[in-house]
Amino acid sequence: MCLLFGTQSFAFAENEPEEEFKAGEVIIEHILDSYEWHIFTWKGHHVSVYLPCIVFNEGKCYTFSSKVFHENEVYKTVNKTNSEELVFTIPHEGKYKSKIVILNADGSQIRPFDISITKNVLALFISCTLIIVLFYLVTKAYKERGEKAPKGLQSLFEWLIVYVRDDIARKAINEKSVDKYLPYLITVFFFIFINNLLGLIPFFPFGANITGNIATTAVLALFTFFITNLLGNKEYYKDIVNTPGVPWFLKFPLPLMPIIETVGCFTKPFVLAVRLFANITAGHIVVLGFISSIFIVAKISMAGGIGMSVFSLILAIFVDCIELLVAYIQAYVFTLLSALYFGMASKEHHH
Amino acid sequence: MEIITPDFGFIFWMTLAFGIVFFFIAKFAFPVIGKTLKNREQKIAESLEQAERIHEEMQNIQAKNEELLKKARGEREDILNEARISRDKIIEEATAKAKEETTRLVESAKETIENERKAAMTDIKNEIANISIKVAEKILEKELSTDEAQLNYIKDIIKETDNQ
Repeated sequence: MCLLFGTQSFAFAENEPEEEFKAGEVIIEHILDSYEWHIFTWKGHHVSVYLPCIVFNEGKCYTFSSKVFHENEVYKTVNKTNSEELVFTIPHEGKYKSKIVILNADGSQIRPFDISITKNVLALFISCTLIIVLFYLVTKAYKERGEKAPKGLQSLFEWLIVYVRDDIARKAINEKSVDKYLPYLITVFFFIFINNLLGLIPFFPFGANITGNIATTAVLALFTFFITNLLGNKEYYKDIVNTPGVPWFLKFPLPLMPIIETVGCFTKPFVLAVRLFANITAGHIVVLGFISSIFIVAKISMAGGIGMSVFSLILAIFVDCIELLVAYIQAYVFTLLSALYFGMASKEHHH
Repeated sequence: MEIITPDFGFIFWMTLAFGIVFFFIAKFAFPVIGKTLKNREQKIAESLEQAERIHEEMQNIQAKNEELLKKARGEREDILNEARISRDKIIEEATAKAKEETTRLVESAKETIENERKAAMTDIKNEIANISIKVAEKILEKELSTDEAQLNYIKDIIKETDNQ
């Protein structure tokens, strides 16, 4: 796995033979999204999958392949609103760095409504298809085998499903409401876990940084936020407005506790999003950092590069192993905390 | 900054894709899996309970069997004892009866012998008497052949009778 990381980074290095190898850029380029999926570079020739761009301008949809930006700096098309020339480009710097913008005649940039199938989106589609296929197979196995003991893939999934159900959901949520939240918890667990694992496979069509993307984790956190607050019971809202167990002067005349509790409703999912994003991104950065260090040292001396590659590979393998653990732990933590929030929103008071 | 700025396009696709996955799992996959798991758990629990019950029953049956065996053994012992007692009794009775029979037989034999002897004696007596009479007849014929002798004899008898 790490060797392949090596190849990937090596491709980046060969990519610009004249230019200096900039580890930071390579790493950030991997972490971020792009309109094409660079697979490898062979003798200075890029082998990439060019993905479709879908942008909306003034209510009109424009679709084109990202290959247009590989051939030219700009892509000129006809404005569907007023039949004038419309110029798309991807700036290399500035506010909209690496994003499709509309270049106006006066040089100003407008970011259109952009739902292009980027590298991350494609990887997301692949992983979601994989999840659905896996769950389809497992469900089929359950239908076919009925109450017989699980077998193969079904056993693996059953172990994880039962784990999520018994050790996460049932411990955090009361017996009455646990069934309501269970499908979401299982979805979120497998989604994060499978995407984390796919992110660790360094070659096409995997290795995209989906769960290390703030948008992914934000969406997941929003799902948790909405499910928590929309399915929350009366007790939950009563506790926010009139927090039990705190002195009255924290609630009146200045409603300090209600404010803190309300803010808490938003910070909880925010923390969820940031934790997952930061952990996965950090893992990718560290592995790539170790691999990049080989090329940095090799620039200075070849012997050093060889020595460094041994050292870096060992460390990268070590970090990759930790990443496997992190892949599971982060899926577990996200699911567990979601379950805890659900548990808080559905708890029943026993007086 | 770019790294922590969520991209709208990606949020859009992510919401859609995650929504589809969530919908698929919540609507199609989980109901089947959850139900099957629940059913299987219930089945396992029931099976365990049943096994426990059967085990208990088996134990009961075993205990019952043992009790029956014990009882049977006791009964056998009793029967044997009774048989022994009755055997002894039968033997005793048989012995007693045999003894009695023997005694009776001996008695009857003795009686028969006695009778035979008596009969024989009677016969002998009769014979002797006959012989005696014949002898006496002969003697008397001879001795009392004369009147004098007869007279003497009568005299003797009278004398004897007087003496008495």
